[in-house]
Amino acid sequence: MSQARRPSRLFKNISAKLASLPMVLTALVVFLGGTLWTVLYSFTDSKLLPRLRFVGLDQYERLWATERWLVSIQNLAIYGLLSLVFSFVIGFLLAALLDQKIRFESAFRTIFLYPFALSFIVTGLVWQWILNPDFGVQQIVRDLGWTSFTFDPLYDADIVIYGVLFAGLWQGTGLIMCLMLAGLRGIDEDIWKAARVDGIPMWKTYLFIVIPMMRPVFITTLVIVMSGIVRVYDLVVAQTGGGPGIASEVPAKYVYEFMFRAQNLGQGFAASTMMLLSVAIVLIPWAYFEFGGKKHG
Amino acid sequence: MAERGTHAFAAGEPRGTRPRRALSGRNIMIYGALGVMALYYLLPLYVMIVTSLKGMPEIRLGNIFAPPVEITFQPWVKAWSEACTGLNCDGLSRGFWNSVRITVPSVVLSIIIASVNGYALANWRFKGANAFFTILIFGAFIPYQVMLYPLVILLREMGIYGTLWGLVMVHTIFGMPILTLLFRNYFSAIPEELFKAARVDGAGFWGIYFRIMLPMSLPIFVVALILQITGIWNDFLFGVVYTKPDLYPMTVQLNNIVNSVQGVKEYNVNMAATLLTGLVPLAVYFVSGKLFVRGIAAGAVKG
Repeated sequence: MSQARRPSRLFKNISAKLASLPMVLTALVVFLGGTLWTVLYSFTDSKLLPRLRFVGLDQYERLWATERWLVSIQNLAIYGLLSLVFSFVIGFLLAALLDQKIRFESAFRTIFLYPFALSFIVTGLVWQWILNPDFGVQQIVRDLGWTSFTFDPLYDADIVIYGVLFAGLWQGTGLIMCLMLAGLRGIDEDIWKAARVDGIPMWKTYLFIVIPMMRPVFITTLVIVMSGIVRVYDLVVAQTGGGPGIASEVPAKYVYEFMFRAQNLGQGFAASTMMLLSVAIVLIPWAYFEFGGKKHG
Repeated sequence: MAERGTHAFAAGEPRGTRPRRALSGRNIMIYGALGVMALYYLLPLYVMIVTSLKGMPEIRLGNIFAPPVEITFQPWVKAWSEACTGLNCDGLSRGFWNSVRITVPSVVLSIIIASVNGYALANWRFKGANAFFTILIFGAFIPYQVMLYPLVILLREMGIYGTLWGLVMVHTIFGMPILTLLFRNYFSAIPEELFKAARVDGAGFWGIYFRIMLPMSLPIFVVALILQITGIWNDFLFGVVYTKPDLYPMTVQLNNIVNSVQGVKEYNVNMAATLLTGLVPLAVYFVSGKLFVRGIAAGAVKG
């Protein structure tokens, strides 16, 4: 009997299993397999084609000795930290303002969110034009009479990453506002009433009651924003092309250049593994709190 | 003192909350702040439109915020049908049609596959299904760069590297985590009695999917549609990596046109081209309205 039962268990739900095949293959072959493959080959000296000749940590040593990579990491750190702080602050403030039972709420929301529908390429090109020193913001202020005014982030290696930040914030804060607004709407009205009865000023209610209650929303938003930041690529390509010089390079661009331009696969693999590592540092604690350990809510 | 006066006055009035005055200091602050922010968000769109309607001489003389003195649609025509990338001078129209040819099958295929996946996960859970699903969701956070090259090899082995279908497959793969999650959650919310009743009546996997689930889930299909159209249309990285120049999607071609180092920079043509590329997702956004918000909110609760 047991022999007859075993095949039937395998073929039970056979349609569902067949239908899930794309998902299973994607998960196992592409996501799991591809990741392991890249990590494995990052320890080899692959050049034009991948080959399995292991060289230990050579690629990583070279990576961390390359000026361009160090600049990329530094840029990512500055861009990431500032865009995190500013997009959270601006996004939350906008959401809080929209939550004041105002008129034209949906009009305002539409305006704040539309850049999010645009691609990073479009975003980068528009801001390249606005920050153009000969025609854009700098020239306008000069025309107003302040002739020594300089504001040309895209041509100044020291501040170019802030120019990219401007564009990135413009594109992305709408999303955060939307998530925060959803979080604010999830707060029970009674809490506001109780706070009002107790005479707690509004900003205190936000700071000490509402924001702590929105912790789950903040954490999810944080994870989404951070994994987006690590990927930043198109924006830089469109807005600055990594320039001036290598001043606005980012890791994702480094990987692309080494894999598909410089034909130095090993370097590309090592760099992308570092990117994976940085995501894992964020993701694993989050997954632990969310799914493992003690559950709350 | 003044306060007490108003209180005494208010006591004589009917009870209940007082109607708010439209021009209280608080309201002025709120609307002022929102208005300033709205200006910041609208400015780039305004600059794009204004620049694309000016002639080059006017751009060189004036500033980018000035409205056009003489409106011309020449830059739009040029961007669409004459702008050059390298030796090709047939304009953005080629990229536009490439993007259409890429987006339509990618959207259709990814939604079909993900909806069936989600349905299987919600209603026909088999052993190990959740493990695969967890890997899939985690995969959504892995930087694409890690999987770029293995996919090149995979597509090359399948003989579709550099072709349209290769790119379609890549979009289907990377759209899968979020779409599967979306559909799984939606189908899970449909009452189980319905599913059980259909089972009792003898309907199988596909019968239930087509007769019961599909007709009930139009909203989620629309959300998925919005998410995928904008996402795939706006893609740049996959287009660059997995296609050849004559198949480049619109975003890639746009970048090549605007950032080409040869020739005189024609800012009006560039801005017209940029607007043209943004037009499709913007149209989707403005038409879909609340559903778009729902789509990204659904996308946000990954995991």
